[in-house]
Amino acid sequence: MVDGDISVSIGDLNVYYGDFHAIKHVSVDIKARDITAFIGPSGSGKSTVLRAVDRMNELIPGARTTGEVVIDDRNIYEPDVDVVELRKRVGMVFQRANPFPMSVFDNVAYGLRIHGTASGKELGAHVERSLRAAALWDEVKDKLRQSAFALSGGQQQRLCIARVLAVGPEILLMDEPASALDPISTLRIEDLMRDLAKQYTIIIVTHNMQQAARVSTYTGFFLSGELIEFGRSDKIFTKPEDKRTEGYITGRFG
Amino acid sequence: MIVVLPIALIICLLVIQGAPALSLKFLFSYPSEGMRAGGIFPAIVGTIYLVLGTIVFAVPLGVMAAVYLSEYARPNALTRLIRLSIVNLAGVPSIVYGLFGFGIFVLLLGFGVSLLAGSLTLALLVLPVVIVAAEEALLSVPQTFREASLALGATKWQTIRRVVLPNALPGVITGVVLAIARAAGETAPILFTVAAFYLPRLPRSVFDQAMALPYHLFIMSTQVPNAPPGIQWGTALTLLIIVLGMNLIAAVIRARFRRRRPW
Repeated sequence: MVDGDISVSIGDLNVYYGDFHAIKHVSVDIKARDITAFIGPSGSGKSTVLRAVDRMNELIPGARTTGEVVIDDRNIYEPDVDVVELRKRVGMVFQRANPFPMSVFDNVAYGLRIHGTASGKELGAHVERSLRAAALWDEVKDKLRQSAFALSGGQQQRLCIARVLAVGPEILLMDEPASALDPISTLRIEDLMRDLAKQYTIIIVTHNMQQAARVSTYTGFFLSGELIEFGRSDKIFTKPEDKRTEGYITGRFG
Repeated sequence: MIVVLPIALIICLLVIQGAPALSLKFLFSYPSEGMRAGGIFPAIVGTIYLVLGTIVFAVPLGVMAAVYLSEYARPNALTRLIRLSIVNLAGVPSIVYGLFGFGIFVLLLGFGVSLLAGSLTLALLVLPVVIVAAEEALLSVPQTFREASLALGATKWQTIRRVVLPNALPGVITGVVLAIARAAGETAPILFTVAAFYLPRLPRSVFDQAMALPYHLFIMSTQVPNAPPGIQWGTALTLLIIVLGMNLIAAVIRARFRRRRPW
């Protein structure tokens, strides 16, 4: 179904919240160095699948996962997988920009410091590189010591992306990264995503179908915890095979 | 009004009666002539030592307990038991702490009547205050900060130490200051564990006895016949200023924290 390298392979994934079967037998391959979008109405499980890729569902009490998520020939749900190493390789950008209440510099340096990746002069260079990669450097290079909260919403979200990039991931998970932003900031994030997709595998969850159509090569449509349809975005948005997909993208429900 | 009136009356009375007695000489000299003259210097110093000792024991223990409760504890029977204990600990009369401290620290552990025993007893007394304030502060740190940190590959402990605790610090400090005010003002817990009627010199080690303001006030009112009332009023006013001052500092820290909180 997907041409070329596969970065993440999800097989028969099930997630339960207590007795609630939230994700039902989802299997999907994610293409490397490309953008895959997950769409679907609220509560369809698209964010839960996304969070399964860096095991963030484990933070929710009572959540249970079965099936497999294979990255580099290894199922990340095997008991001896190091979650810290996993989360270094799989970065996550959240719906609301959530910079730490620290300076711009310290936000980006956070991951480098906890992992002991860089220090001293090297740290500064690394921070600059990450901010440049997130298309934020020119706007904040004179504000590195200021609080991250002094930045605009769109800048804060790009700061969060820079913070993730600094850790050196291969896969970026984006959970509605632009839903709290104005249209201009949204377009900047989308430009950035296209740019990052040259190096990184990106999965984005979005409510915004135009956004999914604009940025992604592949799209999966979720409904009630099931993956209804998956394929190339141009096909999903023009000639969907499933009636439910068609109903959703034409705005009949959702 | 009904609440404000008694407090206002107490403060007015203390200021009117106590202010004339307050002087540098009163604050910085030893009692003399069988406690009937002189100042309260050793009692002030003793109270400061006791407060410091209380902080040393109560703050690390209280903050660690709060971190455990807010970050690690699962909602099970053990956690409920711990919480129940904290609530009950806060409700135990202070004289019971005094007797407990006397039995455990003074006699059983052999610390004698000493600063060490008194500080430990007071630490137990203020522990619930520190735990509750610290836990509240930790819980007020948004969950999104923890998620962001964990998603970057930080361990749980790194997240707590680098993100959660620094942001909870002002709230923790508020609890600490309230605990100090409490420790400075209590009489019953120090009665059998540390307090001395009169000492001609300042304590030199943690195994020495010490004088303390609340106990000094107690003995000046009940144990020393014909003591001039000025000493009592002055002692009471000094104690009140220290305690109210502490509470004021706590309020200021809390207000600043609320205003500066960026999220």
